[in-house]
Amino acid sequence: MERHFDHDLEELKQRLLWMGSLAERAVHQAVHAVLDAEEHLAEVVLSEEDAINEMQIEIDERVQRLLATQQPMAADLRFLLAVSRINGDLERIGDQAVNIAQSATRILRHPQVKPYVDLPRMSELAEAMVRDSLNALVRGDQELAQSVLRRDDQVDRLRDQLFRELLTYMMEDSAQVFAAFELILVAKNLERIGDHATNIAEDVIYFVAGRDVRHPALDRR
Amino acid sequence: MSSPRILWRKSLNFVMLTLTGVAAFAVVSVLFLILGYLIWNGGTSLSWNFFTQLPKPVGETGGGMANAIVGSLKLLFLAAVMGLPVGLLAGVYLAEFGGKTFSFIVRYTTDLLNGVPSIVIGIFAYSLAVLPVKHFSALAGGVALGIMVIPITVRSTEEFLRAVPGNMREAAMALGASKWKTIATVVLPAASGGILTGMLLALARVAGETAPLLFTAFGNRFWSQGWGQPIASLPVMIYTYAVAPYDDWHRQAWAAGLVLLALVLLSNLGARFILARSKAV
Amino acid sequence: METAATKEKIVSGAPQPALSVKAFRDPVPMEKITSPTIEHKQRLTISNLNFYYGPKQAVFKLNLKIPTNRVTALIGPSGCGKSTFLRTLNRMNETIRNTRVEGEVLLDGQDIHSLDVVGLRRRVGMVFQRPNPFPKSIYDNVAYGLRINGYKGRLDDLVEHSLRRAALWDEVKDYLKKSAFALSGGQQQRLCIARALAVDPEVLLLDEPCSALDPVTTAKIEELMFQLKDSCTMAIVTHNMQQAARASDFTAFMLDGHLIEHSETSKLFTTPTDPRTEAYITGRFG
Repeated sequence: MERHFDHDLEELKQRLLWMGSLAERAVHQAVHAVLDAEEHLAEVVLSEEDAINEMQIEIDERVQRLLATQQPMAADLRFLLAVSRINGDLERIGDQAVNIAQSATRILRHPQVKPYVDLPRMSELAEAMVRDSLNALVRGDQELAQSVLRRDDQVDRLRDQLFRELLTYMMEDSAQVFAAFELILVAKNLERIGDHATNIAEDVIYFVAGRDVRHPALDRR
Repeated sequence: MSSPRILWRKSLNFVMLTLTGVAAFAVVSVLFLILGYLIWNGGTSLSWNFFTQLPKPVGETGGGMANAIVGSLKLLFLAAVMGLPVGLLAGVYLAEFGGKTFSFIVRYTTDLLNGVPSIVIGIFAYSLAVLPVKHFSALAGGVALGIMVIPITVRSTEEFLRAVPGNMREAAMALGASKWKTIATVVLPAASGGILTGMLLALARVAGETAPLLFTAFGNRFWSQGWGQPIASLPVMIYTYAVAPYDDWHRQAWAAGLVLLALVLLSNLGARFILARSKAV
Repeated sequence: METAATKEKIVSGAPQPALSVKAFRDPVPMEKITSPTIEHKQRLTISNLNFYYGPKQAVFKLNLKIPTNRVTALIGPSGCGKSTFLRTLNRMNETIRNTRVEGEVLLDGQDIHSLDVVGLRRRVGMVFQRPNPFPKSIYDNVAYGLRINGYKGRLDDLVEHSLRRAALWDEVKDYLKKSAFALSGGQQQRLCIARALAVDPEVLLLDEPCSALDPVTTAKIEELMFQLKDSCTMAIVTHNMQQAARASDFTAFMLDGHLIEHSETSKLFTTPTDPRTEAYITGRFG
């Protein structure tokens, strides 16, 4: 039987994906502000921060309304709970992008510290994780979500690598401290973005399969 | 629990079962005894002549009761025309309208009217319809029977109208039907099975009344024309023939009794059939 | 150069069309349902309504606006007067002896007590708690309202139209001459809805229409109400709060004959303003 509730759920999903696309775009633009030395990109990211935050509020209100009025069960309930969590992670991703954009503005005042090798690799990885976790939601694809979970370690390793490299640069030449320090912050932000993408993937698995795969270290028998 | 107690209980059960069974059997057998008696004694007199010929003059054998059969039907027709509409509308009033006190009065008097001896009703009809015109008539007989039909019709109409669920009336009114339209288009059709049954049973009941006809319709050995002449009827014929000294007449009386009983039984069965059919909807 | 997404607060409650995948490439403005009553048109306006069964007062100074083309739910514990109140809206209480109404009920600005009651009941239809089809055929049931109101046109078309609106046409189209009692409980209730819709009422009052029905049938009827909204204003009395939450746009909570709170359904069930409302909907009493 067709329910108008299904139409509400579909609309909610579309809004969430729209928010996701805004967040993806923010990350991409913020990182390329650094990599391509395009300062105006950083300004764009800062100006679009409000849009993402407003969407978080809108989506939360929709979820609240649907939970209160429709008494959802089973997959519908899991979907709404997953949306609520993913909502928060997307907003945090937006915040991280803003942080990267702010760092970009400061970095671009100084000459480039070194050729960017690991940073682009890391940003591509993080962006792909965000994109794939959202695609996994659209397609209900557990496998894709699992692949996102596996990539988190790579991102962490790249961050550690970048930290070590940049620390060496800072120790060699004290004039480079300002720029190098901001680059470390950017790396940290990207690693956090990866974590949030991982969270989204976990929520997708919860929605699709009903399994809570967070904190596998905890013995939950 | 002690054994003699159980024994006492069991025997008491058995005795009661037997007693009630015998009584029930007695009830059934009475009707069949009457039927059997009538068939035995009157069956032989039933013939084509019986249904088509007029009574023969005193002393001659043969002849029939055609005029009495037709007469009874004419009287029932008059009773129906005069009594059923009154009973129906009064029943509608009691069930649908009516304040508390007035309805109570109407119901009570209806029951009283039902209990008035039929001969008294006959006398009443006599003073109403015979005395002023100084002759007996079918019309007068119809008046008497019509009065008797009213109480039964009122009660059964009211009962079946009340049995129609109130929410059906509400549904009709919520669609914009006035009170009377609701009654006419919803309530009466819904109760029609029961009301028709009640009417049929009322007519069957008065078909066998003899006393009121004795001084209203009186009787007639020939065909009666129109409505203003005395008219023969089955119950009166039975009485007349039964107290006469002729054997042939006695046999014809038995036959008439059989016909009358058959008419009443068939009406009863017909009524039950209609009721069952209407309930099955 | 992309611009920041803007949000226009559009004052309408119309159901939103589904966004396509393409939509999330463009900055689409968000439309929100704003807070209740004032912006919507009012089909029914009730002012200072008092109702008495003989000496006993059942409804106290009730003020309520029922918005056009929306579903308004009336909730409250047993005996709080919600059914009594509903029945004043089509003057059905006049069929009970010894009742008295004070106050004003306006239908599109006209006082219903100055209108002819038969005409009023054609414009304000009612569906009852237990399905009550007439002992006639399905066709005759739906056509009844039309016939008694003197409709002269093609009955067949209207009967079909009403049965379609009640989502019953496909199930009965080959059996229109069959008795209405041959239908199941849920079908009978939908038949009663079709019957009420046949005269094209502006308002449909539903008095606990699903309380005698199973959950699947109830869901069907709730979905039906959602589809009818565009053409019909509805007021539903229900003792089932979840149903009120699912199926209505606005909810009014009544207690002991008083209106305690009336607001948009999603708001009333998430952040009610009156503590009694909160106590009732959380099941702490009633």
